[in-house]
Parts: sequence; structure tokens; C-alpha cells
Amino acid sequence: MTDESTIIDVQGLVKRFGHKTVVNGVSLKVKRGEIYGFLGPNGSGKTTTIRMLCGLLRPDGGSGVCLGWDIIRESTQIKFQVGYMAQRFSLYEDLTVKENLDFIANLYGIRSRREAVDRAIERIRLERFSNQLAGTLSGGWKQRLALACCMIHQPKLLLLDEPTAGVDPKARREFWEEVHKLAGEGITSMISTHYMDEAERCHRLAYIAYGNLLTSGTAEQVVAGENLTTWLANGGNIHALQERLQGLPAWDQIVPFGNTLHVSGKDAETLEKSITPFMAAGYRWTRTTTSLEEVFISLMSRAGGD
Amino acid sequence: MTLVRIFSARRLVAMIIKEFRQMRRDRVTFAMMICIPLMQLILFGFAINSDPKNLPTAVLTADNSPFSRSIISAIQNSLYFKLVKQLTNETEAQRLLTLGQVQFVLNIPVDFSRKLIRGEKPVLLLQADASDPAAVSNAVAAIRLLAGPVLERDLKGILGDLRPGFTPVDLRIHPMYNPENITQYNIVPGLMGVVLTMTMVIITSLAVTRERERGTMENLLTTPVRPLEVMLGKLIPYVVVGYLQMSLIILAARVLFRVPLEGSLVLLYSASLLFIGASLAVGLTFSTLAKNQLQAVQMSFFFFLPSILLSGFMFPFQFRYSF
Ligand SMILES: Nc1ncnc2c1ncn2[C@@H]1O[C@H](COP(=O)(O)OP(=O)(O)OP(=O)(O)O)[C@@H](O)[C@H]1O
Ligand SMILES: [Mg+2]
Repeated sequence: MTDESTIIDVQGLVKRFGHKTVVNGVSLKVKRGEIYGFLGPNGSGKTTTIRMLCGLLRPDGGSGVCLGWDIIRESTQIKFQVGYMAQRFSLYEDLTVKENLDFIANLYGIRSRREAVDRAIERIRLERFSNQLAGTLSGGWKQRLALACCMIHQPKLLLLDEPTAGVDPKARREFWEEVHKLAGEGITSMISTHYMDEAERCHRLAYIAYGNLLTSGTAEQVVAGENLTTWLANGGNIHALQERLQGLPAWDQIVPFGNTLHVSGKDAETLEKSITPFMAAGYRWTRTTTSLEEVFISLMSRAGGD
Repeated sequence: MTLVRIFSARRLVAMIIKEFRQMRRDRVTFAMMICIPLMQLILFGFAINSDPKNLPTAVLTADNSPFSRSIISAIQNSLYFKLVKQLTNETEAQRLLTLGQVQFVLNIPVDFSRKLIRGEKPVLLLQADASDPAAVSNAVAAIRLLAGPVLERDLKGILGDLRPGFTPVDLRIHPMYNPENITQYNIVPGLMGVVLTMTMVIITSLAVTRERERGTMENLLTTPVRPLEVMLGKLIPYVVVGYLQMSLIILAARVLFRVPLEGSLVLLYSASLLFIGASLAVGLTFSTLAKNQLQAVQMSFFFFLPSILLSGFMFPFQFRYSF
């Protein structure tokens, strides 16, 4: 029995396609009002996991509850309170924006349908396009329409699969403000993304690779858990520096960012020893906090190793 | 600047290779490409018979004479006619013809042998169900040939002088239901079945497949909508479309082609619901089996071909071997 405040509580979810295990014993716990980031490389099983949570796929193993309902036996009840946004645009391209919203509103049996549709259009600033065919919208606007559709029935849980892919920065910020506002109202969101800045906006994160859940927790916890030391070098020819550093021990990642080189490694002491000779050679070195990106790349390369 | 060639064999080959690769991936389509011609071969080669025999025939006679018996046995020997009933009751004979239980009624009048002997050329009446003229034409031709010679054998001795160069009976053929042999009477109502099968099966076979192919199924499945609601919601609009098509054809039949409409329109419309419903259900079944829209259309054709070839529209219903 889970308490009121746990929205998603699943243990050991498994999904196989043929002989391939795509999700391998994933356990997740998401609390009410939380924004939960779901990250992982392409093909890691994010979409598959989300689809199991909203009842689109039947898990081959594992169990759990979502909004207090059993994800295997009571998926019908879950559907009324979940808003799912698929990674691929899945609305009717040959219906207008308004018709799409109206159709979805009807399926959920919303009482004051017209107001709900108008409210949704207003919230995402789609007024200009309300009578345009959904198929003729630009990619970003399609995403926003899909978002409006999955929120129209005021769900308690949003499962959003890469909702901001292809959306411009301003719209993305508006989207995140909206999600945070909803979180304040107690609406939980689980959002998969490949953007690091979005990962940092989440209350908690989970990182999955090749079907295995590698880490979860707040951004700080995730960064601390990987225990990386990161140095920045600039000034001088950083590409030459990169080549020379690669011959030395203790580095995990050496990545150029514009005029700066990011060098991180697990073994702080040896790393410092490796770079000391270059401190005198005209490069400016600063020790910095490790970012999520470095942590994820480190996680990913380790997961790929075994 | 490099010269852009108008036609490049290499690009063409690339297209061809890609097309073959895709063809190989889509096993169902490939199987259909083999199966459809095979099915057609079997249908045309074995199932369709362009010379229908053993057509059900009733003989209406009160004249139990050797003459009428030889006529009856002669038409049976021709193999075109199959005697299913011998009657004395005129209304019963008409009923069988109307119901389509018999294709012909051979009417041998009461005083047939008496008139024959007197040399009065009695009337021998063959009523044929000519609603589908092609189905009965061979049989009619056969009876025309044999009516005279059959009796000649019996007209011997003192009756011999009735014979030479003289047809002893007056054979009359009544093509019923379509006496003027107007093709439209047969084609236009038949078209209704063809159009309904074609549109109903093909359109619904695309219904679910299209949702799946475009990804809209994904969204639909996460809403509370139930499978039954989806299915009925997909079928009912096409029931309406089916009725519209039907009405259009009936209207055109009456106004443009002046095809007579006998019987109850209400009955026609209510019975058609069964037909429309069944066609839609077949389409919907294909829709759930097919992986993409191309497969769905091919499956529909797989259904449509034998259905139209054996339906009696392209070839008369009787033009089949009975297995
Ligand atoms: N219907 C399917 N049949 C077979 N394999 C599948 C199917 N759906 C997904 N997969 C496989 O499952 C794995 C995980 O896919 P999934 O879509 O969950 O990844 P993802 O984490 O969402 O990736 P991305 O970031 O690219 O969206 C992939 O290797 C994919 O090939
Ligand atoms: Mg995905």
C-alpha cells in the first residue's frame, strides 16, 4: 500500500520485443506535484517505459501502481487522469486545431466542452491557428497543440515524451513555466528530454541506458553520485592541448566548448597530476563544478562498456 | 559547375534497388502479388463455366401422352434442363419462377397431343427467367433445335404425313422479367452490390490501418475510448455513406435507365443493412490485420475479386461449375 503522495510507484518493469529486453527491471517512485525528468540515450527505453505507465503496452514483468491504480489490471481508470503526449505527433492532421481539441474533449466526456477548448487554445496562444489544419502547423506549434490536447481534461499526471523537441527557446521557457505552475497545483509531470537545461529544471531525475535504470535523485544527488572532477582550460590552442592530454591517464572526457576545453575524470588526484605540466604552458586552468551533461556522458559510456 | 544530367542510369538503378528492397520487406504484399493471379487463374479456369447446364426447370402439364413424355425426356437429355418438378397447377409454377427456384417453366397444354395429331401445330410454351439473359440463352437455343426432331420420331405410320418439311409444334419462348433483353435491367441493380462491396470493404480496411500508420492510434489508445466505441464509430459513418450510394444508384436506375422497381423499397433498404454491415465488418477485419495501407487495399482486392467474379455480376450466377 502506497500513501497518498506517491503518484507513480513501479517495481521491476520489464519489456521485451522478441528476444530483445528493452526495459530491464526499472523501478520508479514519483511523488505528487513533482516534475520528474526522464533521461537516457536514444533507444534506451524511455518511450517504452512511459508507454507501459499509461497502459499502451503491457509489461512482461514487474508491477506497480499509478495514481493508486494497478498499472496492469486497472489501466482503464488510469487513462482518465493521465495526459500522455507521444513523442511522434499523433493528432489528426486533417482536422483543424479546434476540431482536434474538441474531439479529445469529447472522448474524456468534459462537461463545458467549448470553454475547455477555448481555454486550452488561449493557454498555449494558439488562437491565430485555431481554424488551421493541424497538419499544416509548424513542428513547434504541433508540439504545443499536442500538449494542449493532453492537458485538456485536467489530468493529475502528465506523461510527456520529449514535449519540447523542436520547440523554440521562448516557447520552451513558457512550457516549463506552465509545468512548474501545474506542479504548484499538485499536478505531477514525468518528462523525457534530451536537453540538459531542462533536466536541471526538474525536481528529480532518472537516467536510463539500454533498459537499465542507472541513477535517480535530484540533480545535485546525481552529480554527486558520479563523483567527477572537472577542469576548464582556455587560452592557447585548445585542440593541440586536447591531443596531448589524450595520451595521459585519468581523464574520462575531454570536450571542447568553443574556446574552452572541459576535462573531467573520476580520479581527482591523478587528473590533477596529468594536467599540472600544462598549467605553465600558457593555458589558464580553473576547477569547476561538474555539469549534468558530463555526468550523463560518463554514465552512458560506462553502461555501453558492459 | 558540374553538369546535372537529365537522366542518370545510376539514379534509376538506385530507385529500382530501393523499390525491390522495400518489396522484399513487405512479405504480405509480396504474397498477395503471387496469390492474386493464382486465385484469378483458379476462378477463371475452374470455377467459371461459360456454358451453364442443368438449369432447374418445372414442367407444367396435364397432357400425359407419349408426345409430352418424349419432349420432357429430350430436354433432360440435352443436359441444359434439369427437371425439378412436374406440376399441374399454373399458379404454383409461376410462384416457383418468381422465387427463382426454377429458371424455366415448360408449359405443355392440355390438348397438346390431340392438336398435334390433328396437325394443328399446338403451342409449346417455354417461360424463361430472363432477368439475366446470358444465363438462359444457350438452353433456349438448345430447345429450339430439339423440339421438332424429337416429335418426328413419334410421328410415324398414319401420322407420317405430318412430318416432311413441317414443324409439328409452335414453340414459343417467353423471356420473363426482361422481355426486351435490356442490359441495364441486369447491370444497374447488380452495380449496387459491386459499388457497395468495393467502397465498404476498401474504405473500412483503411480505417484502422490509417490511424496506426499515422500514429494517431497511439493517442487514441491513451484516451478512455473503448474498442467497441472505436469500431462502431468507424463503421456507422460508412453505413450512412453506403445508404447514400444505394439511394443514388436506385435514383439513377429509375430516372436515367428506367429500370422498373418491383416490391418493397423498405425491405430492400432494411435487407441492405445486413449486406453493408457484413462488408464493413470484413473491411474492419482486414484493417486490423494489415500493417500498412497498401496491405489493406490488397487484402480488399483479394476479397473483392472472387466476390465479384462469383456474384453473378460479371458472369451469370449459373456460370459456375457446381462442385
Ligand atoms: N514496437 C517495437 N518493436 C521492436 N522493438 C522496439 C519497438 N519499440 C521500441 N523498440 C526498441 O526498444 C528500444 C527502446 O526504444 P524506446 O523508443 O523506448 O527508446 P527511447 O529511450 O524512447 O529513445 P529515444 O530517445 O530515441 O526516443 C529501442 O532499441 C527500439 O528499437
Ligand atoms: Mg523515445
